[in-house]
Amino acid sequence: MIRMLLPLGVFVALVILLLAGLQSADQRQRIDSPLIGKPVPAFELPMLKQPRSLGNADLAGRAFVLNVWGSWCPSCRVEHPLITRMGREINIPLVGLNWKDTRENALTWLGQFGDAWDFHIYDEIGDFGIDLGVYGAPETFLVDHTGTIRYKHIGPVTTESYTDLIARIRLLETEAGS
Amino acid sequence: MTRVIMLTLLTLACAPGLAQSPIQPLEFQREVDEKRYRALIGELRCTVCQNEPLESSNAPLAADLRRQVYNQILDGRADFEIRDYMRDRYGDFVLYDPPFAGHTIILWLGPLVLLAAGLATGAVMIRQRRRMLKTRVNNSPVATNPD
Repeated sequence: MIRMLLPLGVFVALVILLLAGLQSADQRQRIDSPLIGKPVPAFELPMLKQPRSLGNADLAGRAFVLNVWGSWCPSCRVEHPLITRMGREINIPLVGLNWKDTRENALTWLGQFGDAWDFHIYDEIGDFGIDLGVYGAPETFLVDHTGTIRYKHIGPVTTESYTDLIARIRLLETEAGS
Repeated sequence: MTRVIMLTLLTLACAPGLAQSPIQPLEFQREVDEKRYRALIGELRCTVCQNEPLESSNAPLAADLRRQVYNQILDGRADFEIRDYMRDRYGDFVLYDPPFAGHTIILWLGPLVLLAAGLATGAVMIRQRRRMLKTRVNNSPVATNPD
């Protein structure tokens, strides 16, 4: 009898394994960033609106949020209302990284939907995006006051993830304040 | 008539040129470099469309990453350095050939464990069969009959 049930048991175990795999399929699409806990890669890029460049040194000692976006990116429009809200609610700079875009399109886009960011850096070729391991805009990085990447949110910010992000940002604000 | 045939042939000859590939071919001075490039973009995964290698992906980011591989080969970087460059940014995920490590142990050893389990089950079953057969032979009237 037990011998008859053994194949059934194996089959049921396999079904459970495959079902679990289907459940977590969304998460497996997400690539865990190897950059969490590492310093922000070195960069020196032009700013989008101001006629000057910006590098790591300019942000030294400050925690900030780095939001990767592009005018070509439909999901960036989806998250835009929440990014706007974030810009109002947080006490650290909200930095935009305009990625693989043209300056003209980026400025039109900001004019049309509103500019909630404190300022933007402009990565036309996209190399800084690659250094950050960006593989699909929008992505949102949380950087602490020591310049370490603490968290990365992939894809548009949703109402659920917004609460989580704000909690994480508050922690960075406290750390930077103390 | 000849003209029509000529025209048809000419049109056909042009066809491959019309079907322009989205992937721009890159120029290499040395054949070795081109081979390395082909091999590398074949074994690196496109992070946007995750079931394609960089080689065949049309995603803009894949084009950027191919350009990175190309430039780094021209800069004289070794294959392992280029692989490390990708892994530092995108993790083990970009490698179609994942390293043997703690979190990949099931991936590497799982099939071996399953194979061992299968062989063990087979061995046990064969042994049981054999034993059953032997007892049957011993108990059979032919065997007990000292003819």
